[in-house]
Amino acid sequence: MLFYDRLQFAFTITFHYLFPQLTMGLSLIIVYFKWKYLKTKIEKYNNAAKFWMKIFAINFTMGVVTGIPMEFQFGTNWAKFSELTGSIIGQTLAMEGAFSFFLESSFLVLFIFGEKLLGQKLHFMAAFFVFLGSWLSGVFILATNAWMQHPVGFEILDNGRYVLTHFGELFSNPWLIPAFLHNQMASIVTSSFVVASVGAFYLLTKKDVEYGKLFLKTGVVFGFISAVLVAFPTGDWNAKNMVKYQPASFAAMEGLFKTEDGAEIVLIGQPNMVEKKLDNKIAVPNILSFLTYNNWDAKIKGMDAFKEDQLPTNIPMLYYSYHIMVGLGTIFIAIMAFAIYYLYRKKLWSKKGILWVIMFLAPFAYIANLLGWYVAELGRQPYLVYGLLKTADGISPTVSSGNTLFTLLGFMGLYFLLGFLFLILVGKTIKIGPENQNH
Amino acid sequence: MELYWYLIIVFFLAMFFILDGYNFGVGIIHLFMAKKENDKVVVAKSAGLFWDANEVWLVAAGGMLFMAFPILYASAFSGFYLPLIIVLWLIIFRAIGLELRDHFKYQMWKDIWDVSFGVSSLLLALFFGIALGNVVRGVNLGEVVDGVSKHEPHYFFLPLWNDSFSPIVQSVGVIDWFTIIIGLISVVTLAMHGAAWIILKTNSSINEKLKNTVLKLDIILIILTVFSVIVWLIVNPNALDNFGNKLYLIILPLVYFTGLIGLLFSKKITDKQRILFTTIVIFGGIASTLASMFPVVLPSTNNINPSLTIYNTAATEYGLSVASIWAIIAIILIVVYAIAQKRFLGGKIDDMDYGGDAH
Repeated sequence: MLFYDRLQFAFTITFHYLFPQLTMGLSLIIVYFKWKYLKTKIEKYNNAAKFWMKIFAINFTMGVVTGIPMEFQFGTNWAKFSELTGSIIGQTLAMEGAFSFFLESSFLVLFIFGEKLLGQKLHFMAAFFVFLGSWLSGVFILATNAWMQHPVGFEILDNGRYVLTHFGELFSNPWLIPAFLHNQMASIVTSSFVVASVGAFYLLTKKDVEYGKLFLKTGVVFGFISAVLVAFPTGDWNAKNMVKYQPASFAAMEGLFKTEDGAEIVLIGQPNMVEKKLDNKIAVPNILSFLTYNNWDAKIKGMDAFKEDQLPTNIPMLYYSYHIMVGLGTIFIAIMAFAIYYLYRKKLWSKKGILWVIMFLAPFAYIANLLGWYVAELGRQPYLVYGLLKTADGISPTVSSGNTLFTLLGFMGLYFLLGFLFLILVGKTIKIGPENQNH
Repeated sequence: MELYWYLIIVFFLAMFFILDGYNFGVGIIHLFMAKKENDKVVVAKSAGLFWDANEVWLVAAGGMLFMAFPILYASAFSGFYLPLIIVLWLIIFRAIGLELRDHFKYQMWKDIWDVSFGVSSLLLALFFGIALGNVVRGVNLGEVVDGVSKHEPHYFFLPLWNDSFSPIVQSVGVIDWFTIIIGLISVVTLAMHGAAWIILKTNSSINEKLKNTVLKLDIILIILTVFSVIVWLIVNPNALDNFGNKLYLIILPLVYFTGLIGLLFSKKITDKQRILFTTIVIFGGIASTLASMFPVVLPSTNNINPSLTIYNTAATEYGLSVASIWAIIAIILIVVYAIAQKRFLGGKIDDMDYGGDAH
């Protein structure tokens, strides 16, 4: 049944994406720590790199075991979609396996066990290759998703199957680069907020204070830069792509029910799907037109300009995902700007209030990242391949709903256990801390 | 191009069964033979250091199958829905078993994860064998009932078993007495392979005993192999026709039996020779089985819908040719990584000096 298939995919991908969003950004921060150590020879940086690689490794393992179900589900639950489009999206998914996972997993093992055997320079290179592998993985997954959002380089045969005609277009897809950069910046937000959060925790508990300061400072600097870049220019580019290629989804996520000249930007309000308006709305006139077209009075199509079957299937969820993401992103920039200011004035270590805020900020970075993906995926509905293949036409024809519900419940139970064990392991690693990790 | 991609995917799958196969085998040996805490630690570690890098071969093989034979991917993955999802769950239990056992010193904690690792490894070996058995036996493509297909000719759905547990009826289940035999062959083969790996990579106190275990398992495997081939020839008299038509294919079963015979000398040969023999048993076994069916990849058990072959399930020529170019680059890189890993992580694992970093 379509509902169970969608719920299972949504649930397993949401859980899965808790891990790669940390590892992609964290690998960059680890490369930075290791590079600092090579330059300064101060042991602190090396310990920081090794400490975070331990957290990385736990997340990597979780990413692997929850990632295989994602690949398998294309075949198990979405067989018709796989049959029709596999020869295209299979290209990028197979390349992810062949190019990024081998690279990432091989060098992760070498980094963790090979410091003495490799020497410091090669140890740095191992960290760099882990970073490269994890970002390549991002390229291939975003290229896959970009094709589903904005299909290019293909033709449809008489039997309905999609076949590749221009390989290069999978990577020159105009959807790909903005989405990739936005995603990677958001991943740095998550990882730098986690690094800063652990730093704040060490300072507040007066444990490993030296490392607390290092983590906080590094996290805040990386966090501020990435939080700004997520919004501008990368977020802006993505919004402009939505207007251009998925205008119906754009209207829905902005909560724009009626076509307007000089469209307002909605800050708060709840979609009322019966009366086709927003309840309790707070909005600023003309801003949306300006942000979209650099023209205060430009016309923007509202949901009334589209047929019912072209509109996303769950408009309120899409609207909330988008608005909460943008709201959180704005708050992130503000908090990080304060933190940077205090860091510059050398007062950050003693500002208890802001340390508490930073410590609790990390989970919200995860929420913002996931909501960004919800915007992309809910915005593409009711299609799997935008404008061409409906989601309802992609499911496996022979798998009954009873079987799907069984596996959905199984995944829920198992992932609950997995999440619990994950927290124990990460908690234990943080408790031991970077100073005592080698004993 | 279809043949080229078929060979690449078989190569990746075989590499998965050879590399992750020893981890499954290590799990089985761990479950039944490692009794002292010292042995348990080092035996688990001989799998724990390598499992995630080895699992990548499965991910890559899956992606390539998806790209090159999308119709086969769609058909087989939805048809074998339940066993595949159960395999995914077992892979998770295997992984957490390995990753968690040494994090706390409580005996109960270790016992839980040892069982998780051992039992899931055993079941994975069994299920992968059963999967191969299913591919040999075939399925009711299109779900034909009374001469009418219920679905498109390449779709089907298999329950875990049917009432008769028989492979000779039209509406077969995943588990029947034939696929169970192939499952047992897989368990015995991988247990042997895992034992050879433990002897090669560790100084555990059970190493001498394991050399004898390999010998015993090898004898069981020879008996099971001959038994399964005879049984299958009775069910399907044309099963070995491919070898008669293309005589050069006989090299594959010869490779398999060379490995089996070599392992009869398990107590005399070197550790490297032993793992070489178990490796060629796995490779020869998979290759011979697939060669006996070629070019069929999933036989039909009814005579209405045709069997799936590499030709009627493949992507188009253009996609396959472009992909063949990047695949060559990828394979070269993978070989380079493997050599780098081998160079730095060769030797016995309990002699290694990690720089104080092991968990």
